[in-house]
Amino acid sequence: MRRNGPLSILFSLVFVSFMLAPIVVVIGVSFTPEGFLEFPPSGISLRWFRAILDNPEFITAAWISLKLGVAAATVATVLAVPAALAIGQGRFAGRDALQALFLSPLMVPTVVLGIAFLRFLSLMGLNGTFFGLMLCHAIIITPFILRLVLASVAGLDRSVEKAAISLGARPLTVFRRVTLPAIMPGVIGGWMLAFITSFDELTVTVFIVNPSTTTLPVRLFSHITQTTDPLVASVSAVAILFTVALMLLIDRLYGLDRLLIGEGKR
Amino acid sequence: MAFLELHGLTKRFGDFAAVDDLTFTVERGSFVSLLGPSGCGKTTTLQMVAGFETPTEGKIILDGKDLSGIPARERGLGIVFQTYALFTHMTVEENVGFGLEMRKVSRAERKRRVADALDLVHLSHLGNRYPRQMSGGQRQRVALARALVIEPQLLLLDEPLSNLDAKLREEMQLELRRIQREANVTTLMVTHDQSEALALSDSIVVIDHGRLRQDATPFDVYETPQSSFVSRFLGKSNNFSARLESAGPDGSKLVCGSLDLQGPRVDLAPGPVEIALRPERITLVGADAGQLRGTVAERVFMGNQWLLRIETEIGDMLVMRYNTGRAEAEQGATVGLSWKPEDIRILPAEETSA
Amino acid sequence: MTSQTSRAWLLSAPALVLFAVLLLTPLAMTFVLSFNSFDFYGGIGNDLSLANYAEVLGDSYFYEIFWRTFLIALITTVICAAIGVPQAYILYRMSPFWRSITVLIVIGPLLISVVVRTLGWAILLGNKGVINTALTNIGLIERPIRMMYTSGGIVLALVHVMVPFMVLAVWAALQRQDPATEAAAESLGARPRTIFFRIVLPQAIPGVLSGSLIVFSLSASAFATPAILGGRRVKVVSTTVYDEFLNTLNWPLGAAIAMLLLVAVLAVMLSWNRLVERRYGEVFE
Repeated sequence: MRRNGPLSILFSLVFVSFMLAPIVVVIGVSFTPEGFLEFPPSGISLRWFRAILDNPEFITAAWISLKLGVAAATVATVLAVPAALAIGQGRFAGRDALQALFLSPLMVPTVVLGIAFLRFLSLMGLNGTFFGLMLCHAIIITPFILRLVLASVAGLDRSVEKAAISLGARPLTVFRRVTLPAIMPGVIGGWMLAFITSFDELTVTVFIVNPSTTTLPVRLFSHITQTTDPLVASVSAVAILFTVALMLLIDRLYGLDRLLIGEGKR
Repeated sequence: MAFLELHGLTKRFGDFAAVDDLTFTVERGSFVSLLGPSGCGKTTTLQMVAGFETPTEGKIILDGKDLSGIPARERGLGIVFQTYALFTHMTVEENVGFGLEMRKVSRAERKRRVADALDLVHLSHLGNRYPRQMSGGQRQRVALARALVIEPQLLLLDEPLSNLDAKLREEMQLELRRIQREANVTTLMVTHDQSEALALSDSIVVIDHGRLRQDATPFDVYETPQSSFVSRFLGKSNNFSARLESAGPDGSKLVCGSLDLQGPRVDLAPGPVEIALRPERITLVGADAGQLRGTVAERVFMGNQWLLRIETEIGDMLVMRYNTGRAEAEQGATVGLSWKPEDIRILPAEETSA
Repeated sequence: MTSQTSRAWLLSAPALVLFAVLLLTPLAMTFVLSFNSFDFYGGIGNDLSLANYAEVLGDSYFYEIFWRTFLIALITTVICAAIGVPQAYILYRMSPFWRSITVLIVIGPLLISVVVRTLGWAILLGNKGVINTALTNIGLIERPIRMMYTSGGIVLALVHVMVPFMVLAVWAALQRQDPATEAAAESLGARPRTIFFRIVLPQAIPGVLSGSLIVFSLSASAFATPAILGGRRVKVVSTTVYDEFLNTLNWPLGAAIAMLLLVAVLAVMLSWNRLVERRYGEVFE
């Protein structure tokens, strides 16, 4: 294959700078010693990182987001894996409709999902509860898991399961000992992508939280729309650090591109 | 009574009969091949014996017991899949021990039997490897050991050598036969490779379009094919339409184009027939000798033998000549073709096949 | 029902129950809500009418919001395609080492919260922001260019948020092509430009089309970016819905606007899909 010419490399450099610019700026601003947003910062100070400790609502929110992401991703994985096995292994009546339903949260504008959940949860008296929030997140992130697990199931050699059966394994044993280990990369990748999606989710969440269940993105959002002090930048910088660490881990384990392309079609 | 019996086995998918009224038997301890082109129904047959497909009609009887209604899990058959279907996340030992584990065999006993099975396939030194660290031939052996360790009544092989390269395939043919003899296990193999079936089997069942075409020893299937399909599917063959004029105890008289031919005795009534002649039964003689004269159109050297395409008045003839160290007839040379009358096979004229 | 079918439905049942209760029911309820009446003192009424739809469709204020939303989404999509396709091709041709680094930088931001990324753009685009300060310092401008609270600013930030999807989609399409086709074209005498436009681009078109669909639908329903960079001054559909629900508290009207957004987005997606299938169905799969 031909290599990239100098023009291509220049284009790529500009593109990469564009992608990095807002992230670098946020991290830079977070080190300012001043009381307002400035870039480049006039000095290096950890003042606004210490300020996070004085604003426990950010720490509480981050903790809620973390728990929410783990719980929602786990629930969604437990539901999506059997569904993916059903959809991925052979045709049956209603297969396409089921798949379309489980992928539909990707098609519906998030703001529509947000008000629908709000309407439903408030009528059920669950609005603002962690449980309601968790189930709604599970719905939003199910498509991400389903796509990745479906891709793994598609790559599964059915005769491996047949081999286990011919050796005397019962259905549950086949699943536990043969099928699940074979699709495990897809399951883990799907879980991680689902976790991050839940952790970052704003548009739906902003409708269905109350002050006691406010997540980190919602807290940041309302702070930004009210005041602009470097505190949001330092909190964001910590969030970026956390995400980048997670991203590098995923890239090692699974390959970021594979995870996000999800092999199958969107 | 035979060890494995298939009676009128039929599998229909909608209107399409993948397997159509198949009946044959397998003797205890023997090695039988199901041979046919891809899509002929042989794999479906294997799947029904294994229990992964339910027959539409017919019965499968193993050691006097009807298998219908018994799930695949409980049939206790050893299966080697075309893809080997090894558990990639388990070591070789874990793979081989899986079936014993399912049978709740004690750890010590398991260890001993896994070691024996690996010994049988000459892989004792690689027990701790994972399948992806192994070569194709080694994976094949693991799959065999895994199937044999449960001491199956019947070993099923699904195109076992098709994923190996040519050289390895020949080695594995000998290995497979040795292992089958040592384990003394009745074996049913599915293959589309006629040389594999000839080399390995005690008996070959030729299938085409879901129907049985011939069931005989490799020698008989090759030497006395019962139909045009069988004669052409196994080995190379020169087939021509002809007319059977008369058939008597001393031989038969045939007309092929403008050529009068002598043939062996035959039980067919006079009328249209097909004649088949193997390339290696034809000798080249002087241009004016022999039954037929022709021109060498192409000549291919294959090391141990020559393959010649010779244009004759009744059509192209393939001729095989062993390389005896002398140059063969040149391209364009005129030669005479000669054969013994008893080398001709007279077959029923091919019905216009479906 | 065959055993295969019942097994499949049994396996899907838990997810199906969750989706029926928590997705289909709420959407149906919201649909009904959009026909309810609303009174600032009495709250949501139980009667059904088309009044909310009549209000939205009869008011040029809402027309302007819908028009702005779809224009922003369209321009964002075009820019994403224009810069995403070349970047995907460059990525495709990079050596594995540089590619893995570039992939992290180009598509990694997808995993970083949109709120955080938009905050970065707010810092960059403000009147006293990084760009304006820099331009003033080097004397290129005297007064700051207004970029916050403009559609242009929203488009710029949305491109940043959405372009990874385009790169991913195109790159996936490029990886499906046989790399030997480029060599084949070269052996037949094609120049690099010709190879790109005649061989590579046509094979990448399905990726461009599916990427465009993703970018357009996500941009049309984007919330965080227009909310932070546009505020109350440059409203789009989703921020309008947000205001109706959480500030004005006129839920039925908000629901009607949301339903119109849903219908519009789905209509665009389905007709786009149909177009793609009719146009490229025979060639690609």
